[in-house]
Amino acid sequence: MSHDTMDLTLHVWRQKSSKDSGGFVTYVEEARGISEHMSFLEMLDVVNEKLIEKNEDPIAFDHDCREGICGMCGLMINGIAHGPDQTTTCQLHMRVFKEQGITDITIEPWRAKAFPVIKDLVVDRNAFEMIIQAGGYISVSTGSAPDANSLPIPKENADKAMDGASCIGCGACVAACPNASAMLFTSAKIGHLGLLPQGQVERDDRVLRMVNKMDEVGFGGCTNIGECSAVCPKEIGLEFIARMNRDLIRASLAKGDSKKP
Amino acid sequence: MTGIASFYQRSIGKKVVMALTGAFLLFYVVVHMWGNFKIFLGQEQLDHYAEGLKTLGDPLFAEEQVLWLFRIALLAAFLLHIYTAMQLSHMASRGRPVAYKQRKDVQANFASRMMLLGGIAVLLFVIYHLMHFTIGVAHSDFVYGEVFNNVVRGFQEFMGIPAIIYIIAMIFLSMHIYHGAWSIFQTLGLNGPQYNGVLRGLATLIAVVVAIGNISIPLYALFALSPVEVTGWFQSIAGLFGF
Repeated sequence: MSHDTMDLTLHVWRQKSSKDSGGFVTYVEEARGISEHMSFLEMLDVVNEKLIEKNEDPIAFDHDCREGICGMCGLMINGIAHGPDQTTTCQLHMRVFKEQGITDITIEPWRAKAFPVIKDLVVDRNAFEMIIQAGGYISVSTGSAPDANSLPIPKENADKAMDGASCIGCGACVAACPNASAMLFTSAKIGHLGLLPQGQVERDDRVLRMVNKMDEVGFGGCTNIGECSAVCPKEIGLEFIARMNRDLIRASLAKGDSKKP
Repeated sequence: MTGIASFYQRSIGKKVVMALTGAFLLFYVVVHMWGNFKIFLGQEQLDHYAEGLKTLGDPLFAEEQVLWLFRIALLAAFLLHIYTAMQLSHMASRGRPVAYKQRKDVQANFASRMMLLGGIAVLLFVIYHLMHFTIGVAHSDFVYGEVFNNVVRGFQEFMGIPAIIYIIAMIFLSMHIYHGAWSIFQTLGLNGPQYNGVLRGLATLIAVVVAIGNISIPLYALFALSPVEVTGWFQSIAGLFGF
């Protein structure tokens, strides 16, 4: 493996705590000699090692699996959620920047009222958990595992449900949306459960509760622009939002629409 | 009533209101354009059409009753569309109190980003349009009932500047419709991967027809061009851009 390196200029959002007002800090010295084979997070690891050597506070960022399946990492890189590749930040590699001749990189946390900054690039995405708690589940008595194939599901529905279930809750949809809307996330969860027989019993209540919670925690509305879907690492489509709208209208008509279902 | 109120409280409820009022306004835009095409049939036909609008619904309704009922419905839809847009835009700005230093659009097209500004442009145009051709206060030579003459003179006065304003406004309206017409189906949940292409195509068709159809009227007033000739113009302009 050749060692093609790049010298970067990083503009990173630094914020000591949620109470601090924060600001951008530029790193040049620490971002020299970055291998193009590194992932974006490995690049930040290298920068942090140099910061620690200098006895400075390392840049805080969220990460866990580093294989694109957990949804923990997520940064606004040069104005695009998860950067120039449609993938998670951990799966973004520095060679993409090398190929595009980009050496100047601005890194910001997700910006939304519902995603307050905890420190530097780490945001609190508890608002997503609250939406899930409001109805992103099915109520069944657990017991021994059911027999295989006891509940046949058409292949097409299973595939669509899987598309919705592939959402890892990274929050890129909210970050990219000009309205800071969580409709793609919420609709993926509603669609995933609503497409399966197990999700039918609570289908109307679920959509009413989850949409109420989504509005309550401070996300914006949808303007059908499609930025969310374009940055979604799991490529979840706008058809899930249309499906959620359809479910909400139907549930409102069926339930006489009380605010608290 | 509580049902409707709590439905409207939701973000999606507001979007549904945008879609339904938008659909009604779009229906009006198309009908209005179709009626105005009478101008190409000459003075007599256009004036007769305008006069006939007053007796719509005759004999069930008295003179101007249907006209005013329709105007009230139209105004209600228009105001509701604007009010809901203001509320949604307020929700959106509240949703992101700290702006990004850098933000790039990956997917959004120009029309979809211009919905708010373009909508405001259309609102200003509607006010001018009413003052120009309905009330006549923005018209130097307005004679009530002489629709054909009012239109032709109204576009020609002030060196054709009104005609230019109308043409620019129709481009804004057309862009608004391009994103809005498709959004009606998406918001009402009537969209899906199998229909998306058809609906995008339909929205494009309506937007182009509204633009060319309406723009051909001031051009006719200025240069007495036929709609066929205007369409030919658009084709050659589109050809220059490689469409």
